[in-house]
Amino acid sequence: MRGERKIRVLIAKPGLDSHDRGAKVVARALRDAGMEVIYTGLRQTPEQIVETALQEDVDVIGLSILSGAHKALFPRIMELLKEKGLTDIMVFAGGIIPEEDMPELKKLGIKEIFGPGTPTEKIIQFVLENVPKRK
Amino acid sequence: MFDEEKVKEIAKERRRWEKTTLPNWVKQCPERQKEFRNHSGMIIKGVYTPEDIEEMDYMRDLGFPGEYPFTRGLHATMYRGRLWTMRMFAGYGTAEDTNKRFKYLLSEGETGLSTAFDYPTIMGYDSDHPMARGEVGVCGVAVSSLKDMETLFDGIPLDKVTTSMTINGPAPILLAMYVAVGDKQNVPREKLGGTTQNDNLKEFFAQKLCIFPPKPSLKLSTDVIEYCARHLPRWNPISISGYHIREAGATALQELAFTLYDGITYVESTLERGLKVDEFAHRLSFFFASHNDFFEEIAKFRAARRLWAKIMKERFHAKNPRSMWMRMHVQTSGCTLTAQQPLNNIVRTTIQALAAVLGGTQSLHTNSFDEALCLPTEESVRVALRTQQIIAYESGVTNTVDPLAGSYYVEALTNEMEEKAMEYIQKIDDMGGAIEAIEKGFFQREIAESAYRYQRELEEKKRIIVGVNEYTVEEEECPIKLLRVDPKIEKEQVERLQKLKRERDNRKVRAVLEKLHYAAEKDENLMPTIIEAVKAYATLGEITEVLRKVYGEYKELIII
Repeated sequence: MRGERKIRVLIAKPGLDSHDRGAKVVARALRDAGMEVIYTGLRQTPEQIVETALQEDVDVIGLSILSGAHKALFPRIMELLKEKGLTDIMVFAGGIIPEEDMPELKKLGIKEIFGPGTPTEKIIQFVLENVPKRK
Repeated sequence: MFDEEKVKEIAKERRRWEKTTLPNWVKQCPERQKEFRNHSGMIIKGVYTPEDIEEMDYMRDLGFPGEYPFTRGLHATMYRGRLWTMRMFAGYGTAEDTNKRFKYLLSEGETGLSTAFDYPTIMGYDSDHPMARGEVGVCGVAVSSLKDMETLFDGIPLDKVTTSMTINGPAPILLAMYVAVGDKQNVPREKLGGTTQNDNLKEFFAQKLCIFPPKPSLKLSTDVIEYCARHLPRWNPISISGYHIREAGATALQELAFTLYDGITYVESTLERGLKVDEFAHRLSFFFASHNDFFEEIAKFRAARRLWAKIMKERFHAKNPRSMWMRMHVQTSGCTLTAQQPLNNIVRTTIQALAAVLGGTQSLHTNSFDEALCLPTEESVRVALRTQQIIAYESGVTNTVDPLAGSYYVEALTNEMEEKAMEYIQKIDDMGGAIEAIEKGFFQREIAESAYRYQRELEEKKRIIVGVNEYTVEEEECPIKLLRVDPKIEKEQVERLQKLKRERDNRKVRAVLEKLHYAAEKDENLMPTIIEAVKAYATLGEITEVLRKVYGEYKELIII
């Protein structure tokens, strides 16, 4: 059982783009759904994101990117999570990510990728259903 | 506007109508919603009459096109004389790729170029900086040094074209490079024409591509305005932008008010340099978004023009009517485009573009239908451009000036937009100005609130977006060909840059960067020194790095 602990989510913005409207709306929706949400702010390197995830002891990471650099940055984030032994964190993503890139990203361990127009309710449900059980 | 007795009679008739005719209709066919509101939260009535614009005075509030307060348009003939400029934003890959694209556009008859830079350039990083990984040439063209700029405009005579550059933090550097290319082509500086976006204030709460803290950012914007007023008379030093404010989630009203407030701040900051208002105000330009609520947008554009004219006249005592002109560029809204059923976006863009034209814009960019998915392809860009041409040549809306003037609804809404924007302006004045409002997070909170409210309205189906929360189709096939930027570009660009760094006169580069450091500390106008630096092939990243050392870096105020 989860006990008293709230689900801890890190919403992170890798890449140089500054489109944070979606990331903020999702952060707020998850918070309103009772989760503990940490938002990194813009332009975080993969190293910074993984470090924050470790420091904040999160259960879930949501990555938001609209710059097109996901193919360069997501593999690095997943690799660093593995290196730090943080493989139990569930990672999902959102933003502008072409459908044809999705299989490759999912193979890296990204659990789901949400496109533009996704209702926040769907994301909340997804997190609730897929959040890893705490040991 | 109307005879007092007549309005009284209309009011009487309206009350009668509300008691007799209206209830029968409502009984048979109740209204679809309890109340109707636009995005700015204004309640929209079922019917507007002369009562709603009773206080209006034609000459005071509308006047004639080409005359104060310019509600009906800046030019007396508007589109009967000249159509708006169809300026399409372009840029990707290397400078060479974009140069080819520019030449193609010019051969097709375009005279206005509009440059998109990639994220590293926008953030002041060279292509070989670790932060640039995966981003070089992806969302725009990579320009790290004067070498790239020379390639970008190779074979394009700068006295024959005007160039718009979407660049903010590093605007002085990119403008310096453009000036340097012009010098090499022996084009007199007074002949260089174009626009730098150079609106750093909105970056802090809207586009968020900030490099330096608010005060030095305002200083750099002002450096460009001052330099242009003194040396580049045909250059628009700034494009004061509501577009990004809107895209970040603001309402039309907030977009209007915050943009005008930024404008006020730039005027004040430039006046402090000892320039007179009529020496630079005629070169200030504006940039707005156009969304789906047709009449709300039209009212916004008309109110913007009138309000700015009043501000320039009453607050800043401008004498030259041109100083009171709000020249605007409009872009249809990127964030209203849907990834679902993307062809529907052509229709949205058409409505938005039509609103901009009926609102009297000087220049227009129409988005392509595939932009919720990727960078637009050549085909989708063509459809977007054709949309403008169909409005211009087929719809007939260009045949008369400001055709919606006098509409009870449009005029009432224009008045309400202006009044409520003035309330915001007053509020920000009371807070102590734009910088204080940014530092307190006022704009950021206002915008985040609106964005969240809008999202809630979609999820509760209070607003319908076709194809997203209604009329959806299961398992869509993506019918769109995606444009991809070759990752090889990054490698080649980095190699070219490193070769430049090896081969240039590095002693000269160090000396000029030191000089820049000194000038920045002394708070001089940095444009002349930056021109000198780019001519010595100091890179964008190196110049920005010097300024980062002097000014520090902006630390984002995190508000969700």
